[in-house]
Amino acid sequence: MPRTLYDKLWEDHLVTTRSDGQSLIYIDRHLLHEVTSPQAFEGLDLAGRDLWRKETNIATADHNVPTTNRELGIDGIEEDIAKQQVLALQENCDRFDVELFDVTDERQGIVHVIGPEQGLTLPGMTIVCGDSHTSTHGAFAALAQGIGTSEVEHVMATQTLAQAKAKNMRVRLDGDLPAGLTTKDVVLKVINEITASGGRGFTIEFAGSGVAAFSMEARMTLCNMAIEAGARSGLVAVDDVTIEYLRARPYSPSGSRWEQAVAYWRRLQSDANAQFDAELRVLLDNLEPRATWGTSPDQSAAIGACVPEADAGNRRALEYMGLAGGEPMTEIAIDRVFIGSCTNARIEDLRAAAHVLQGRKIASNLSQAMVVPGSGLVKAQAETEGLHEIFLDAGFEWRAAGCSMCLGMNPDQLSPGERCASTSNRNFEGRQGQGGRTHLLSPSMAAAAALSGHLADVREFI
Amino acid sequence: MQAFEAFTGLVAPLDRANVDTDQIIPKQFLKSIKRTGFGAHLFDAWRFNDPGLLGMAPESRQPNPKFVLNDPRFRSAEILLAGENFGCGSSREHAVWALMEYGFRTVIAPSFADIFTSNCFKNGLLPIVLDKGDVSALMLECTNTRGFSLQVDLEAGVVRHEDGRAFNFHVKPSDRQRFLQGLDEIGLSLAHADEIRNFEFRHKERFPWLFENQPCRAS
Ligand code: SF4
Repeated sequence: MPRTLYDKLWEDHLVTTRSDGQSLIYIDRHLLHEVTSPQAFEGLDLAGRDLWRKETNIATADHNVPTTNRELGIDGIEEDIAKQQVLALQENCDRFDVELFDVTDERQGIVHVIGPEQGLTLPGMTIVCGDSHTSTHGAFAALAQGIGTSEVEHVMATQTLAQAKAKNMRVRLDGDLPAGLTTKDVVLKVINEITASGGRGFTIEFAGSGVAAFSMEARMTLCNMAIEAGARSGLVAVDDVTIEYLRARPYSPSGSRWEQAVAYWRRLQSDANAQFDAELRVLLDNLEPRATWGTSPDQSAAIGACVPEADAGNRRALEYMGLAGGEPMTEIAIDRVFIGSCTNARIEDLRAAAHVLQGRKIASNLSQAMVVPGSGLVKAQAETEGLHEIFLDAGFEWRAAGCSMCLGMNPDQLSPGERCASTSNRNFEGRQGQGGRTHLLSPSMAAAAALSGHLADVREFI
Repeated sequence: MQAFEAFTGLVAPLDRANVDTDQIIPKQFLKSIKRTGFGAHLFDAWRFNDPGLLGMAPESRQPNPKFVLNDPRFRSAEILLAGENFGCGSSREHAVWALMEYGFRTVIAPSFADIFTSNCFKNGLLPIVLDKGDVSALMLECTNTRGFSLQVDLEAGVVRHEDGRAFNFHVKPSDRQRFLQGLDEIGLSLAHADEIRNFEFRHKERFPWLFENQPCRAS
């Protein structure tokens, strides 16, 4: 019977069916960060258990780390309780012998940026992390999913995850993406179509002729936001783009093992006649750049359109966002711009934003615009290319790597009522700071908004 | 995990769809490395008018009188009625810990986010999926009836109304059994340790590169 890519990944990792009927699937890679791991380590301690296979685990501190004064290391974290959490990660990694990319390590960064960057994310793997955006790694044809802290402990102790198989959904992206658009615009459109809950219970495979033209960074943006449609995992099949990205990464296989791995990876495709339980097709040629206007990632509109008129379904969101409903998207004035997060803080994202900003200045009504690279290595690469100078000349702040204002656990936060054009993934109430208002968009759209002082169409700047 | 027994509890109506885990327990509370202390901050930004920080004394807070859980009628609720896609967003298990510590034992909604559902079943908070129409009707009744209670019977898979109506719900047999008996899930899986080891052996033969050049603690 023809199988989907997800079916194949599932079957290649199915260990057994437990006495109570749950399946156990084997886990090849476990990524850890400081926020969702301490209670799991504590659970292991209490039960006197150890890690099943310690070398599959890799940790970094990303959520709480400051984006300034990084040379101070942990001492640069002002808030005591945040510092304690990062210290707890260090101690746990020491005690359980887990490799850690610590605050001062150049390889430190957002967990979903460093996995692929280091070759810790490989096709055909099962990957978990106590973080919902683990779906990002599915861009490499890896079955990657976010898990809760109890599941983190379960994976640590058993190297398996207990779950039921999901259904298959295919999102076909056909045609060519117009200039100025990115996969951020695409995925906002997809979520808008299937809603924030439409992907529940599914693994979404992004396929279609358009995907071949997307870089790995662009594919990661797509899979990253599968969770915003409710799907635990996103997937893209392997092609030359995948393989070239992974060549010579620190943890990629090498020599004859590389050839052996590539031969297997090339088979990581859905069979021609594989059946999907649900399907959606999006034509790329007619897409417009998008931004969100509400407090759920499915509430987005084309930049040339108007915010929807107020109705019973959106009134609460509009009220929170300080919008009347019906106003043109481009009339929404912003206070701050944030370029960062595991959705859009890779080198290509920074290049796209810098391309728009080159030789221009941000609008005078902005109180702040900042770039937070996804990892120390992305930052270093951008500096080699001189991108930081373009950002600084335009009036942006150039910060150190971490989650930063994507969720505002560190000092980078919006104040009540402040409005931000943000390249992150969630526009929930208070996500970027209590009372803050978030408009999600692509890095180039964020740059256009920074130059204009309001949401703007990037196509007018390129 | 504690065994889950049938109970009758007061119901609180939270008539919103897509209640995300950032609302259930906002990020500033995730800095705690413990599993406790979150109940006082459940729905913090909705429940209080002053900005909340971890460990604040509840008496010092300014409750938002408009938020449903601050209505004296719903103070001791054990059942939360909510809209579609409850628990979407972040994987933070702190959301489940917060709901339970506050006093909720079950949440009834037309649908729940996937990761949130897993987290519930690992901790003993029962997510009950009922038909959207039934949830809306119960929501209305709950809002308009003082002391509105429901009986939750997991063994029978039924939510019972005082007037005799019964709403059936489905829970996977594996989850149901674990819940009713309060079993340790890791222990259950480790009973399969030999199978995991055998699988691992075959996996290594098929995919040797996944067992080489792995992260290793520089000593
Ligand atoms: S960048 Fe944002 S979404 Fe991504 S892992 Fe960090 S906090 Fe989560």
